[in-house]
Amino acid sequence: MNRQLTRLAIVSVLLLVTLVVATTYWQAWASGGLQARQDNAIQRVVQFTIQRGLIQTGPKAIFAANKKKKVGGQTLFFRRYPQHKLAAQTIGYSTASRSQAGLERSMNDYLTGSNTNLSNAFKRALDKLGGGTVKGNSLLLTLRPGAQRIAQQLLGSRCGAVVAMNPHTGAVYVMASTPSYDPNSISANYAKVLKIRGDCGAGHALLNRATSGLYTPGSTFKIITAAAALDSGAFTPSSMFDDPGYCTEYGQKVSNANNPDQSAETYGRVSLAQGFEHSINSVFCNVGMKIGAKTILDYAKRFGFYKTPPLETPADERAPSGLYKYTKAGRVLDDPKDPNSVDPGRLAFGQTTMLATPLQMAMVAATVANGGVVPKPFVVQKIVAPDGSTVRDTKPGNLGRAIKPQTAADLTAMMVAAVQGGTGTAAQIPGIQVAGKTGTAETGVDHVYTAWFVCFAPADNPQVAVAVVLEKQVNGFGGAVAAPIAKAVLQALLHG
Amino acid sequence: MGFASVYIARKSEISAASLTYAAFFFALYLVAHLVARYTVPYADPYLLPIAALLTAIGLTEIYRLGPSDAFKQGLWVVIGVAVFAVVLLGLRRDYRLLENYKYLFGLGAIALLFMPLLPVIGQTVNGSRLWVHAGGLQFQPGELGKIALIVFLAAYLREKREVLAQGRLKDWGPLLVIWGGAMLVLFATGDLGSALLYYGIFLALLYAATARVAYVAVAVGLFVAGAAAVYKGTPHVRTRVTNWLHPWTTDKVYCALTGTQTLRQDCGSYQEVQSLYSIGHGGFAGTGLGTGTFTTSSGHQIIPELNTDFIYSALAQELGLIGAAALLLLYMVFVLRGFRISLFAGDGFSKLLAAGLTFGFALQTFIIVGGILRVLPLTGITLPLVSYGGSSIVSSFIVVAGLMLISNRANAEVEGVR
Repeated sequence: MNRQLTRLAIVSVLLLVTLVVATTYWQAWASGGLQARQDNAIQRVVQFTIQRGLIQTGPKAIFAANKKKKVGGQTLFFRRYPQHKLAAQTIGYSTASRSQAGLERSMNDYLTGSNTNLSNAFKRALDKLGGGTVKGNSLLLTLRPGAQRIAQQLLGSRCGAVVAMNPHTGAVYVMASTPSYDPNSISANYAKVLKIRGDCGAGHALLNRATSGLYTPGSTFKIITAAAALDSGAFTPSSMFDDPGYCTEYGQKVSNANNPDQSAETYGRVSLAQGFEHSINSVFCNVGMKIGAKTILDYAKRFGFYKTPPLETPADERAPSGLYKYTKAGRVLDDPKDPNSVDPGRLAFGQTTMLATPLQMAMVAATVANGGVVPKPFVVQKIVAPDGSTVRDTKPGNLGRAIKPQTAADLTAMMVAAVQGGTGTAAQIPGIQVAGKTGTAETGVDHVYTAWFVCFAPADNPQVAVAVVLEKQVNGFGGAVAAPIAKAVLQALLHG
Repeated sequence: MGFASVYIARKSEISAASLTYAAFFFALYLVAHLVARYTVPYADPYLLPIAALLTAIGLTEIYRLGPSDAFKQGLWVVIGVAVFAVVLLGLRRDYRLLENYKYLFGLGAIALLFMPLLPVIGQTVNGSRLWVHAGGLQFQPGELGKIALIVFLAAYLREKREVLAQGRLKDWGPLLVIWGGAMLVLFATGDLGSALLYYGIFLALLYAATARVAYVAVAVGLFVAGAAAVYKGTPHVRTRVTNWLHPWTTDKVYCALTGTQTLRQDCGSYQEVQSLYSIGHGGFAGTGLGTGTFTTSSGHQIIPELNTDFIYSALAQELGLIGAAALLLLYMVFVLRGFRISLFAGDGFSKLLAAGLTFGFALQTFIIVGGILRVLPLTGITLPLVSYGGSSIVSSFIVVAGLMLISNRANAEVEGVR
């Protein structure tokens, strides 16, 4: 009988070996796939066993903190956003349904401490074995809460955005987008958050307008056209133009902006600098026809157009600026093979299908302020480990030179003139020279405009560059509605 | 050694109160050990420590999942050890007298299996009618029935192994009647895991006794035919198989639980799928004892039946591949010792009895853990010595006692010859 018994023993052991193999399969081979599955209830909880790092702008200005909760013998850490609506779209959220947004999403690896390097992995393993809580790294942001608050307050119920940055380093001081929402209410009242409306109507509060809102830049784009005109050597600030109130393109009249009495403004014989100061469309229309769409677009690209501006927020929460076309798939970036197909006259003053984000326009102002070199924007100054050591310290960088220093100086002078005696007088600050450019873009609906103001100050020693945009402003001109916001933000950042 | 590690894990896990638990458990093990030393001095020295270790692992995990269940389980372990002592004391002279009562065991097995079907005391849990409750106690008589059946099969096959080959109805009759009765009851109760287990034990012993592969082949054929019939006839079984083959769906399917259209992983196969997630989450090293995730962020337990049928998923998550493999290795050592006893036993009854008890132990482990790991369809039976469940603990301790009795006799004979 022993032969049969030996065989039975072998069968029994094989059965148990099968179990070892199957366990190995699920725990080693298939483990990753299992963890990635949407219906994995364990992973939905596990993320909360990690004490995420804080997101803060200073020791006391904390934007994302944790609240502890004991559940089923486990200590879970849920997010708490003490600043509520302040910079909500930039900070983002991290909720129980596993959805995340903003820096909470893009910096998740750092915040959960799972950014891999050997010593980190080792520390984590030790924490785990010791039964201790895994702690993530904290983010120290470049945002200035005071100026951020002022920006959001002034935007108020209107839909719009404000971006302010250091023109030399690219450090982002303000990144405001309205309407905003309270990240604390995401997990409980998501449906309510989706229904938040601004004055513009369908105001998607979750959208970070500062980085992904695409707006017709209107006359603020004249900075780029002027940069192209001067830098390419085709024009000088004193090049003269005749302004009959319109320019003739494709045999048709392209009118200037209207006077209050609905007649087109007419300036007669003016220089390029004067055309910039008073934002005369016919002047730029003629410049555009002379230098061509290709030159303008090439310069736009030098300023960063056609590329998603670098920043620490999720890439899909940032949009590239440039010409867009509408297809069945929706709005897509359009880099025309034949630039002659683009209307150069209208492109020159920022109409046609040109769309730009507030961040991109802030970068344009910052580039002029920075002597022609495009600063690389960043919002995370420092990543700090739980033990206080620095994981990463952001070194300011740049995205290359867009224009010559002389061109930047000429543009600065023109922008200063625009604030001193042109369209942007509302941005004047006593004792400080502000360089700026207004923009009032047509939206396709009469008397409803997208209002812009981009600027930097002080003009002789630039510290801050700002871009402000307001959506769907009825009879709202950039100089009237956007410039005061830019002024207040500048003041807060220069004096605070 | 292993015991010490569990002891330490327990200590670090939950305060000083668990120390009393551990001390009490250690004392209990000592009592069992002393009883064994007194009654079966030549018995295999590995079985009891392994059984104690498995019980300790089970208790620790059950404690971790819910202290109140651990207290009840602790009581059952005490009862199990008591039964263990009684069996050793009662049968220490010669357990082989059981052979004389084989038909009694056969009928007893059927009676025990029938009990849950009786009105009043019978109880249906999770679609299977397995439970008997009397007073405040719940009991699965099938667990004892399993042992009675093994005793009967061992005794009967030992006696008839020579003549079975002649294929006379007279010899096969009682075997088939008792066997058929048992199977009928099992299908009637809807307890497929046990049906598979008993049929497997039957086949193993039949093969061991007769050495006829043909019998096994015919029996397997019958089983396949039977299984196909059951598959067609019982929706309960069809669901199990579907959940096994396709636990995840990308399209919504009909959910019988809610009557709506949902993904299968959110309905029928939820338990299986979440259990796999639990195992997968463990990875190589596990989350560590006491730090696994078994509840949602709002405090609901994710996997139902976690401390009984799915205790392996809990252990695999907290102890990881290393711990789970070590656990299975313990089972393997136990099973190998069991077959060693069977090989060294002096008489046919002892050999078959040891083989039956051991193979049953191995197959039960395979059926439940294999079900969890999607090696075969999931059926709810307990993991011997580890799962929460009194009947299972008691019957497992009887298995340990039986194997120790057999090994004691075999080893004593060897010593005597010397």
